[in-house]
Amino acid sequence: MGSTSGEHNKNTTFGGVGRRDLIKRSAALGLLSVPTMSFLSACASSGGDDGGDKAKAGKKTAKNPLGVNDTAQMEFVLFDGGFGKEYAQDAVKLYEKDFPKAKVKFSSTQKIGTVLQPRFNQGNPPDLIDNSGAEQMDMGVLVGKKQLADLTPLLDAPSYDDPNKKVRDTLRPGIVEMGQFDGDPVWIMYYAYTVYGVFYSQKALDSLDEKYPETWDEMLKVCAKAKKKGMAGWTYAGKYPYYIPFSLYPMIGKVGGRDVLDAIDNLEPNAWKHPAVKACFEAYYELYQKGYILKGTPGLDHIQSQTAWAKGKALFIPNGNWVENESANVIPADFNLAVSAPSGLDSSDKLPFGTIWASGGEPFVVPAKAKNPEGGMEQLRIMLSEASSKNFTAKVKSLTALNGGTTGVDLTPGLKSGVAALEKAGSNVLNPRLQDWYVKLQKEQIGVSAIGEMMAGRLTPAEAIKKIQGFADAAAADTSIKHYKHK
Amino acid sequence: MQHGKYRFIVGFLTVPLGLYAIFVVWPFIQSIYYSFTDWTGLSPDFKMVGFDNYKKMFHDDIFWKSLQHSLLFALLLPLVTISLALFFSFMINVGGRRRKGGPAISGVRGSSFYKIVYFFPQVLSIAIVALLFQFAYNPDSGAINSLLHGIGLGSIQPLWLGDPNLALWCVMAVLVWSTVGFFVVLFSAGMASIPADLYEAALLDGAGRATTFFRITLPLLWDTVQSGWVYMGILALGAESFAVVQIMTMGPGGPDYSTTVMVLYVYQTAFRDGQAAYATTIGVALLVVTLLFAAIVMRLGRRERLEF
Repeated sequence: MGSTSGEHNKNTTFGGVGRRDLIKRSAALGLLSVPTMSFLSACASSGGDDGGDKAKAGKKTAKNPLGVNDTAQMEFVLFDGGFGKEYAQDAVKLYEKDFPKAKVKFSSTQKIGTVLQPRFNQGNPPDLIDNSGAEQMDMGVLVGKKQLADLTPLLDAPSYDDPNKKVRDTLRPGIVEMGQFDGDPVWIMYYAYTVYGVFYSQKALDSLDEKYPETWDEMLKVCAKAKKKGMAGWTYAGKYPYYIPFSLYPMIGKVGGRDVLDAIDNLEPNAWKHPAVKACFEAYYELYQKGYILKGTPGLDHIQSQTAWAKGKALFIPNGNWVENESANVIPADFNLAVSAPSGLDSSDKLPFGTIWASGGEPFVVPAKAKNPEGGMEQLRIMLSEASSKNFTAKVKSLTALNGGTTGVDLTPGLKSGVAALEKAGSNVLNPRLQDWYVKLQKEQIGVSAIGEMMAGRLTPAEAIKKIQGFADAAAADTSIKHYKHK
Repeated sequence: MQHGKYRFIVGFLTVPLGLYAIFVVWPFIQSIYYSFTDWTGLSPDFKMVGFDNYKKMFHDDIFWKSLQHSLLFALLLPLVTISLALFFSFMINVGGRRRKGGPAISGVRGSSFYKIVYFFPQVLSIAIVALLFQFAYNPDSGAINSLLHGIGLGSIQPLWLGDPNLALWCVMAVLVWSTVGFFVVLFSAGMASIPADLYEAALLDGAGRATTFFRITLPLLWDTVQSGWVYMGILALGAESFAVVQIMTMGPGGPDYSTTVMVLYVYQTAFRDGQAAYATTIGVALLVVTLLFAAIVMRLGRRERLEF
């Protein structure tokens, strides 16, 4: 009966370790667990079955060319981002109308990775996913690990509107190739269609009595004129300098031809040493040297730079056509937003003025281990119908992968100018792939630490190119990255 | 009699230790295991690759840069934050001038107001703080450059987060601003429990503010300071530094890797690059750094505890 509390206060040795020490040590241990990596294991893999309970395929008919099981559940997870979820919900209603006995489980999230990564690891992913946003799961890894279903059956199925036309033939240029990684299978269906280029206010340009410059000399002239009026020529998302390629890459393509960009995408040795790359880098660097870039730009994020541009502090900004929606609340009503293909160098350029970067956005995938992959593809077929496509364009001010599908829709100024730019480009649509093949290389290495540094005046074009070539060579040699090639 | 003592202790400890083992220790072991595989984080199949990830890490410049920044955070942030917090809380509780009719020991005039002001940032979530400062650092129309302009320093308009030489310091300043208040309150509570007669005795002996602080306050507050130090160091290595770097900096982690920290690199590798195994390898390195940090602080800070 010696263990009274009084004795313990004096007797600090308690089973070998002082009581105070014990408390202290355990407190320290508890604190230690805070910053460490336990969160990673939260998505620990647990094997998982290989989708043994797949839905049986239904009968293929003219109305049901993919053979959807009309009683099976179809699960659809959407990224709830700038485009919202209404357009998808409308399309889900059409699915439910076509298959009244099937149940559709629709959900949307901004955290695609958090929600779906564990399900891929467990082997029970949903049937259709819009794998987009900040938490987008790496497509290269998903393809490399055979987690996605080949969408070729969808592309070869008759389109929703015209049974005599395959889905494949109703799409805009570049959409099918973008969904391929290597070889013929098409893994991704990009639903939105983005026009990249130089965005400006037609009103501001008119006030300078100029039209959009087609050569670099003209560009410098317009910038000089703007500077006299107290307006900077350019601004860009300084904190995310991988917006600059939206106009810089198609310029390289225009000056040096499509092959230069393909070589860059293929990570070929010395691809960046091509004279066209050097000429275009020097042209952009000249904007910095002549003081045509809005002061403070390297410290602005995309929203801040777009706001400064919308307020008329700068004339041009490299961007994608989502800017119209994203900055809608700061763009004045009489702004008259327009987009142009990038200016070239001079008349010796390989491709004509109008050569533009346009490509798919909002990547939809059907997982290989989905229980009802036919259902997922059928949902996509419905979304690629003219009615759904128009609904999307009208609701979210963006084009879809469906070629055409804008007649009768009241287009906003930016969208109208985007459609006109696509028409002018014709077949001269470029589609650089670095940003979806090698995300880290494109954004962090080329974007932030080379182009961003150059545009802030901390690297010369020659230094920037050397640095980029080094990054590209390292990526080409890295065996832990999956490599792709243009066909 | 000590009979049955251990059984008694074990009875109480089983549940918490069990939970701790499952939710803390087991994930650690798993992470270490994954660091020897080529797991992508996106599919359940992977194989053992031995020390490949570790070899890669030792040749990875960005890893070394992030390690360097994390170490700088872990050394500088606690030093600056805790010194500031000690100074503020001393002035709030002890440092005041003697006023007629008042208590012998009191804080500066308006100290209760200052206490609230200092604690205020603590109420805001770190994400909001980071966003606020992102606006303040905006070189085009942000508060800081506007202020510089307003007081006639229009020629000095730094790029702040856009400048590789300033960006890391900008981030650190935000962390100090947002955490100092917590420590002011923590140390104030500690100082309140120091008996006033000790201070009175010191005053009678003619001790000034500095002497009182270094001879009386600091030694009696040592335990609190030490825990605060470890806690701050862990914030600087972990979640808080991730939040500010991820939200505020260019890229994030830039410009040109000037602000990247280990937690950010773990996150990017796992969730952007789809290389979860390599990310856990960096996580293991982070674990080692954190353990070392805590061990060093505990070792250096060991002192005889004063009873009062």
